[in-house]
Amino acid sequence: MTIQFKDESFRGDFTYANSPSNIPRFPFPFPEDEYMYSTNIEPHHAARAGSPFENAFDVDEHYVAEMKDRALVLADDPGRCQALPHMETAGWDFLELVMVSKARDYPDLFKLTMDGDRWHWINKPLQIDDTFTFGDSSTLPCHPMEYIGRQVQGDHAILDQRDGNLWMDAGIITAQADWSLDFDIGMNFFEWHAPVPLAHELGVFQRALKFLLTLPQGQPSRRLNWTLTVNPRLDTSPENYPKWGPDRMTVTPENIGEKVHLRVELQTFWRLPRSNAILFPIRTYLMAMNEVVTQPKWGRRLHRVMRDLRPELVDYKGLSRYHPILVEWLSQFDDGAPTSPGIFPD
Amino acid sequence: MSASDHLIPVVVSNVVEVNPIIKRFEFKHVNGDELPAFSGGAHIVVEMLDDGTKRKNPYSLMSSPFERDQYAISVRRDDTGRGGSKFMHEQVRPGMQMKISAPVNLFALDLRARKHLMIAGGIGITPFIAQMAQADKLGVPFELHYAARSVSQAAYMDSLADRFGDHVSCYCDDQGESVDLETLLSNQPLGTHVYVCGPKGMIERVVQTATSLGWPAAHVHFEHFLAPPVGEPFEVHLAKAGIDITVGAEQSLLEAVEASGTPINCMCRGGACGQCETVVVACDGEIMHNDHWLDEEQRAAKQRIMPCVSRFRGKRLELDL
Repeated sequence: MTIQFKDESFRGDFTYANSPSNIPRFPFPFPEDEYMYSTNIEPHHAARAGSPFENAFDVDEHYVAEMKDRALVLADDPGRCQALPHMETAGWDFLELVMVSKARDYPDLFKLTMDGDRWHWINKPLQIDDTFTFGDSSTLPCHPMEYIGRQVQGDHAILDQRDGNLWMDAGIITAQADWSLDFDIGMNFFEWHAPVPLAHELGVFQRALKFLLTLPQGQPSRRLNWTLTVNPRLDTSPENYPKWGPDRMTVTPENIGEKVHLRVELQTFWRLPRSNAILFPIRTYLMAMNEVVTQPKWGRRLHRVMRDLRPELVDYKGLSRYHPILVEWLSQFDDGAPTSPGIFPD
Repeated sequence: MSASDHLIPVVVSNVVEVNPIIKRFEFKHVNGDELPAFSGGAHIVVEMLDDGTKRKNPYSLMSSPFERDQYAISVRRDDTGRGGSKFMHEQVRPGMQMKISAPVNLFALDLRARKHLMIAGGIGITPFIAQMAQADKLGVPFELHYAARSVSQAAYMDSLADRFGDHVSCYCDDQGESVDLETLLSNQPLGTHVYVCGPKGMIERVVQTATSLGWPAAHVHFEHFLAPPVGEPFEVHLAKAGIDITVGAEQSLLEAVEASGTPINCMCRGGACGQCETVVVACDGEIMHNDHWLDEEQRAAKQRIMPCVSRFRGKRLELDL
């Protein structure tokens, strides 16, 4: 299958949209009609052909445009890509994992030829054709994490493991839901999660950390997380809050279907072999409310989830200003019929 | 889900008698594929099919992390143990097919270290052989202090001294030599991390000396030998499965649960990683907690057990499995 890459923007005129054929493969994050935190981690096995869970690193029609947006963010603010000095080996692990996976899963788009440590990498969609020495950063134009991070959709944090904890010691983060690598760099698992409400009391982070510390090589895991974003903007960083914060004032009952986007993160967890670090890809999918409700099951369920969402979460996810309008608007798509289990459309 | 569910089929490519009590085993992938990359300090779990009994023992990888065509482990023969090392020494021959887990590292180098100071006792040398290859390649200063009972038992001492020269200091008990920990740990540059692997007493001495000299705890790393102990047979009731099982003298509780077909998580099989932590539903007797995972309070409460290494003596043990 050849993917038609779209020419679109995530800022300014916001021309981003999903093709009709791309809508059903959206990773809708609600398996039930109500939402509460859980440590909803499952093995990142290949699942359901055509879904975003089919391949290790999903490539879709937004790939090229997302990489252009990342380049714009990095040009503006190089601090979005940082690696502490001991994270170079982990950068190479990350590069290897992405190249090997993409060349295997998308042979018509990516090609990797290895002759010992001499590697030849071809990325057709981004027109890259490079030869370098694996493990020798002087043979790349930049840090291995940045090199590959500019060629893979989603933000990527790399967590060093030591002292029974995980440490946010490297990352390339340009499409984040309101968190800052520059603020979090060097923090441990509990420190960077400190602002999350409710979950600490539920013991979610203790359990998640225990799980991650023993994550085995070759057995990646995944979970979905979600929020809402006004306009299809990838870069909703604290650094740029003045640019996107006021967007929330612009939501009206008339424009809510096109303005408000369900923002889903497909988070995966990978043990890296040489560094013993954990790679944490946070792949963001955006879908306008008008696109979500084309799937009747999703329209019904999203109404129920939003209507019953706990106030702490409405506040934490930054939805307070337009939450009532949204629930009202979604109610027209909920006829009260039961919904089938699981996230996939009927 | 557990690490040992995803085993790699290998063929024993070489068996070398290093000295009268230690043999080295080398493994290659049955298809000739590359084996997974790993980091120094990692171990694999080796599955042994010994006359109807399935045993899985963890062993540190000693081969270079940069060589993926084969893995090497060294096994010290322990005739009073559960029989795993005896099986390896007596039954395993070149050409035999076996299964191993992917590497797991619970004893990794801290890559922030300005210098790695390694202290090995006996067979505890094996993880350091891989770590030295890693530190050498990364260009980070390191020093190994390796103590053995006697010259004849000092596996790899000569070859390591040849290979790494001044980085290696050797001590043999029968020559009256020993590591002067106080002096060694008093004279390290800032940013040094110390690692110790060896007998329990040695680990305790290193940790105590470092602590009393003011070393930050985060700079002191240790790995206990990972071997489930033998003991008396005992009965266990698995509440969810609704069955009673017997744990044999030379079997671990984890192995007995697995043999019954009851699902259980696990990874290191040596009491260190915490994956197999199991809720105790009822306990009338004494749990022999042999793990390094539960704290004193949890042990005393008798509400948790680590089935990979811990055992039971008493009237009734019921687990939430």
